[in-house]
Amino acid sequence: MSSVVDRARARLGDNPNVWLVPAVIALGLLYPFIEDGLQDLPLIGDFMPTTGTVVVMIAFTMMAVGLNIVVGYCGLLDLGYVAFYAVGAYTAGWLASQHFEQVTFHFGSSVDNDQVGIHVTMWIVLIIAGLLTMLAGILIGLPTLRLRGDYLAIVTLGFGEIIPQVVRNGDSFGGFNLTNGTFGIAPIDPVGFPVLSAIGFFPDNFQQSEYRERWYYIIAFLLLLFTIFCSVRLRDSRLGRAWIAIREDETAAAAMGVPLMRTKTWAYALGAFFGGIAGAYYASFKSGAFPADFYFNISVFLLCMVILGGMGSIWGVVVGGMILAYLNFSGLSTIGSKIQEAGAPAWFDPPKYQFGIYGIIIVLMMLLRPAGLIPERRHKIELEEGVHDTPFYDVQTEGTLTDRDRGND
Amino acid sequence: MADDLLVATKVRKEFGGLLASDDIDFTIPRGAIVALIGPNGAGKTTFFNQLTGVYKPTSGSIVFDGTEVVNMPPHAITALGIGRTFQNIRLFSQMTAVENVLVGMHCRLRAGILGAIARPGRVKREEAESRDRARELLVYCGLPRRHHERSGSLPYGDQRRLEVARALGTDPKLLLLDEPTAGMNPQETADFTAFVRRVRDEKGLTVLLIEHDMKVVMGVSERITVLEYGAKIAEGSPAEIQADERVIEAYLGKGAAA
Repeated sequence: MSSVVDRARARLGDNPNVWLVPAVIALGLLYPFIEDGLQDLPLIGDFMPTTGTVVVMIAFTMMAVGLNIVVGYCGLLDLGYVAFYAVGAYTAGWLASQHFEQVTFHFGSSVDNDQVGIHVTMWIVLIIAGLLTMLAGILIGLPTLRLRGDYLAIVTLGFGEIIPQVVRNGDSFGGFNLTNGTFGIAPIDPVGFPVLSAIGFFPDNFQQSEYRERWYYIIAFLLLLFTIFCSVRLRDSRLGRAWIAIREDETAAAAMGVPLMRTKTWAYALGAFFGGIAGAYYASFKSGAFPADFYFNISVFLLCMVILGGMGSIWGVVVGGMILAYLNFSGLSTIGSKIQEAGAPAWFDPPKYQFGIYGIIIVLMMLLRPAGLIPERRHKIELEEGVHDTPFYDVQTEGTLTDRDRGND
Repeated sequence: MADDLLVATKVRKEFGGLLASDDIDFTIPRGAIVALIGPNGAGKTTFFNQLTGVYKPTSGSIVFDGTEVVNMPPHAITALGIGRTFQNIRLFSQMTAVENVLVGMHCRLRAGILGAIARPGRVKREEAESRDRARELLVYCGLPRRHHERSGSLPYGDQRRLEVARALGTDPKLLLLDEPTAGMNPQETADFTAFVRRVRDEKGLTVLLIEHDMKVVMGVSERITVLEYGAKIAEGSPAEIQADERVIEAYLGKGAAA
């Protein structure tokens, strides 16, 4: 009996059932349309986030899934992931705003043709942002990835600090205004369907659309699905195996023919790629890129999502990311106002303690469930090859992964 | 000589003041089983690590199958055809047995990043074929079952066998075994000795092993090289080595030979 339970748990661990994924996707896509109904529910209704909040949650979850490739698969502790978010957001700023007023260039954009600056359609900007961030990942990776463990973490921490500083002070590179300094770049162009809008229904410009949040939500949701899809495919490939081999034992991996530098750099570049896309999309949604968005705490916030969900486990990271992003952008303030209503003293304000609360979550996770909410299961049932072996699910492995992989090499 | 698979000339390795390899000259004839022996700390594993690129020799040359490998990174040397096992087992313990062998096959597979994401027929076929081959190798090495178990949860003897299967996954010309029978009981050791000979004959490999168990060394190898304090002190057939006074001295102490 218990073996049935174990097996079900093991399948849910990293390979949700065939029906579970479509069900979650369908529910997810429906959310903006049932939001009002959900908010009218008794008791829990007030805790339901708005569609706009969920867009932000999704953007951050995408970044966490990207970070999971670097930290979870390849075991490279990256404390400067916010740099990739910044590169993505500023790419959107450069290619889709009035920032470069010296030129006027329009390509399939949703904004009026008389606006100065470069205005490339966001669809292409998203791709360019991904590729440019990938390049940034390679540039940062080449000098640093020779380092192991803690040393790498410290250097990435440095890069995570350098890029926001460059952004903050980048309003005069030899007189050239690259980033507009502390004011940031705003407004950034909206996403839209300038061609499809001719047939109606599809809005030309999301920001001006009656259903702004809904449209941003649907595209964000599809981007997240794309990120998860790529992440799953990469994990189950030759490259994914090489990443996990490096995480487990770098020396043995090299001796088995895995090129360390190249493989690690790809982990960095691909992790950065999704961070860049998410950054550019989020910048378009909130219509701006500001240096204050790229502090070190965002890197830690993303890392917390990965740890909470389970390093290396895609579904875990998605769940962990959504939970933490929800708490950060909506849940804590709702809880706070509920507590206030219940008569707590005025100074007691949960949103103020957000990082304290994340700290407590991380400490509790490490003590109670070090492998995360949904731990990575390396071993999958392989139906096509038959199950003639002893049960593969090994309860004893739970929790050993993070102890072994992090920090004590 | 034309028929030497590996020729090491005056290989020298210094760790600060410690001389770990003292101008070692060493050749491995193609198709032979050669053993490297010596007391603990004689520099056997250090020499091994120089052959596989983990350490770079201070000076000297190592030519494998016509290619100088001294400045190559480990993965490139593996791609040339040197596969190895480790003295203290170093499996990827969270991965399954099959996945371990698949990592060994890394440099023989082609799939790239776009292939991994789009997964066209070519990649699917390569993946299926390599999985089949990995399972064949596991069976060949004496692991008929438990292919999808976490390698870290396999019994010790199976882990040793899995290390050999993983090394064979790299499709080597030269197989380096670092104390493969350490921790095995006499029966397992005898089986393993027979297995090494079988691998050499059936797969056309050349084998270099480091070994402490004299029974294994004398039983399986055709040529033996003895190291002491980083220097080569004897080389020859098992019979010659057994009679060599310097070897007996190194192992049993001065006076024992008399």
